[in-house]
Amino acid sequence: MTKVILYRLLQFPLILAVIYFLTFLLCWVAPGDPFSTERNMSETVRRSLQERFHAESPWKFLAYYPRQILFHGDLGPSMQQPEWSVNDIVGQSLPVSVTLGLFALVVGTVVGVGLGTLAAVRRGGVWDWLSLSLALIGISLPSFVVAAVVLMGAAASHRLPVGGWGRPVDVVLPGLALALAPMAYIARLTRVAMLDVLGADYVRTARAKGLGKSLVVWKHCLRNAFLPVLSYLGPAAAATLTGSFVVEKVFNIPGLGQHFVNSVLNRDQTLILGVVLVYSLFLLSLNLLVDVAYAWVDPRIEVDG
Amino acid sequence: MTTLADPFDPVARPAAEPAPPARRPSQSPWAQALRTPRVRVAGGVLLAVVLLCVGTLGWTVGGANPRYEANSSPLVRAGPAGDPAGWFGYDGLGRPLLVRCLLGGTISLAVGLASATISVVLGVTVGLVAGYRRGWVDAVLMRLVDVLYGLPYILLVILFKIAFEDPLARLMTRVFPESGKAAANLIVLFAAIGLVSWLTMARVVRGQVLSLRGQPFVEACKALGLPERRIFLRHILPNLVGPITVYATLTVPAAILQESFLSFLGIGVQPPLPTWGSLASDAVQELSPTKLYWWMLTFPCLLLVVTLLSLNFLGDGLRDVFDPKKEAAKV
Repeated sequence: MTKVILYRLLQFPLILAVIYFLTFLLCWVAPGDPFSTERNMSETVRRSLQERFHAESPWKFLAYYPRQILFHGDLGPSMQQPEWSVNDIVGQSLPVSVTLGLFALVVGTVVGVGLGTLAAVRRGGVWDWLSLSLALIGISLPSFVVAAVVLMGAAASHRLPVGGWGRPVDVVLPGLALALAPMAYIARLTRVAMLDVLGADYVRTARAKGLGKSLVVWKHCLRNAFLPVLSYLGPAAAATLTGSFVVEKVFNIPGLGQHFVNSVLNRDQTLILGVVLVYSLFLLSLNLLVDVAYAWVDPRIEVDG
Repeated sequence: MTTLADPFDPVARPAAEPAPPARRPSQSPWAQALRTPRVRVAGGVLLAVVLLCVGTLGWTVGGANPRYEANSSPLVRAGPAGDPAGWFGYDGLGRPLLVRCLLGGTISLAVGLASATISVVLGVTVGLVAGYRRGWVDAVLMRLVDVLYGLPYILLVILFKIAFEDPLARLMTRVFPESGKAAANLIVLFAAIGLVSWLTMARVVRGQVLSLRGQPFVEACKALGLPERRIFLRHILPNLVGPITVYATLTVPAAILQESFLSFLGIGVQPPLPTWGSLASDAVQELSPTKLYWWMLTFPCLLLVVTLLSLNFLGDGLRDVFDPKKEAAKV
């Protein structure tokens, strides 16, 4: 087990290097560059800017930045806002997104699993309908509509702060808006898996031995029904923890999600590479974590390299 | 699973999912799908929406004075009496929302369909080749899929749009001076969304091919001395139609949702052409607690939700019929 994890961890730098190179290739192939937005820029100014950012040619770029990252952990300055380094931008916005994402993930998983389980146990009941309607909203409404409606509802009730960041209470509304989609998906996954598990022989055995219904459902069944949720949680957590553009924009939160879109629109190559590396690192680590958790939830499953 | 009821069953088991109607051996899965209530209802609703949007195309864009242009004061709910175009109210530029919803529906559905087609063609090809060739081809293709999964898709979409939209628009305006730019925008959008949504399809198809290869009927074909090509095209491919249909049905709503997200970013279908996503996005911009232009958000979202729901239900219903796992369990 430890060996497998180590092996997977050793692969990380290689995969990240491939992703870095591929992203770089995409950035360089796409027309336009971060310096073409300024109007009437003289050739000299342009040249000096390019020189300053080591962006005269793809080779210069590749000769400079990867080494900086490798030896100094320095992602370089943002090409669009040169007074900021990418490290600072990521360092300031990532904690915000992680806080918000963690809240959303916990709420989404707990409520989603609970709702899905209740829906499966009481098929056709109130809970089933509730989970169904939640899932319907989650899969068929664009996230910006959900976020805007939550915002409007809160603004009308004057109870919760509808924007800004800093106090703990600020996390509630955007967190709920962010949690809705994973919650809906998890509720459906849990319900389907639970229906499968509830019919299994070992459940009947457990009940026949005289174990209580809630104990069987919440301990024996849930453990097995959780596996599909777990494999969904890996990529979902990576996306949620690195921030959502829509929720951050609607609620005016200084998270990392906005940089995913803005950096690409501005062709801010160093920032693009920075956020892509952060996202990929999250994705890789969380997928590894999910595989390990798999083996823990269901000991029959072996983690492979 | 046994079909005998156990009268001494100590647990009141929850009823299983309503099974799709049992299939007679002679009956094709398609006929069975058509008898499933969920598929019928979802398909009917979807057909109604499509006919409504596409059928009124002549009314919405036809004529010398297109109805989607401004003909009322902005942001009023009730327009001049007697004009059916005003049933849904008017938007921020005084354009009738009903007309824009119908036209937007056609474009949204086209985006969904075209992107899904591109993603299906790409995903199926990659999945088939990887599953069939195996070896290093499989390894390379699947690592490519893994890496693309690892990139945030928004990066791919935006970069693709930036790279191809302007050159294509220049080319198209030379041929169609009037509509070239809008057409180029639509085509690049189809391709961009299609290009980021083929990954799941490729994985599913590859998995299916790998499992089919090991089945006795493929062995039998080999024993009969059929050429590889024929086994592949005539015996393996037809068995994949089910899963492919299911995932294609589920890709359409995903593509429509992605277009709405791109519209929210301002890089979706370019105005004045509407889509359900851009109409909802416009409505969200107009949203304020002081004055509620509820019709601007409600009607496009309602149409969007009904369409996406029926597509999802259709996909789910088809999956129940085609599900390879259930097939295996029955045998």
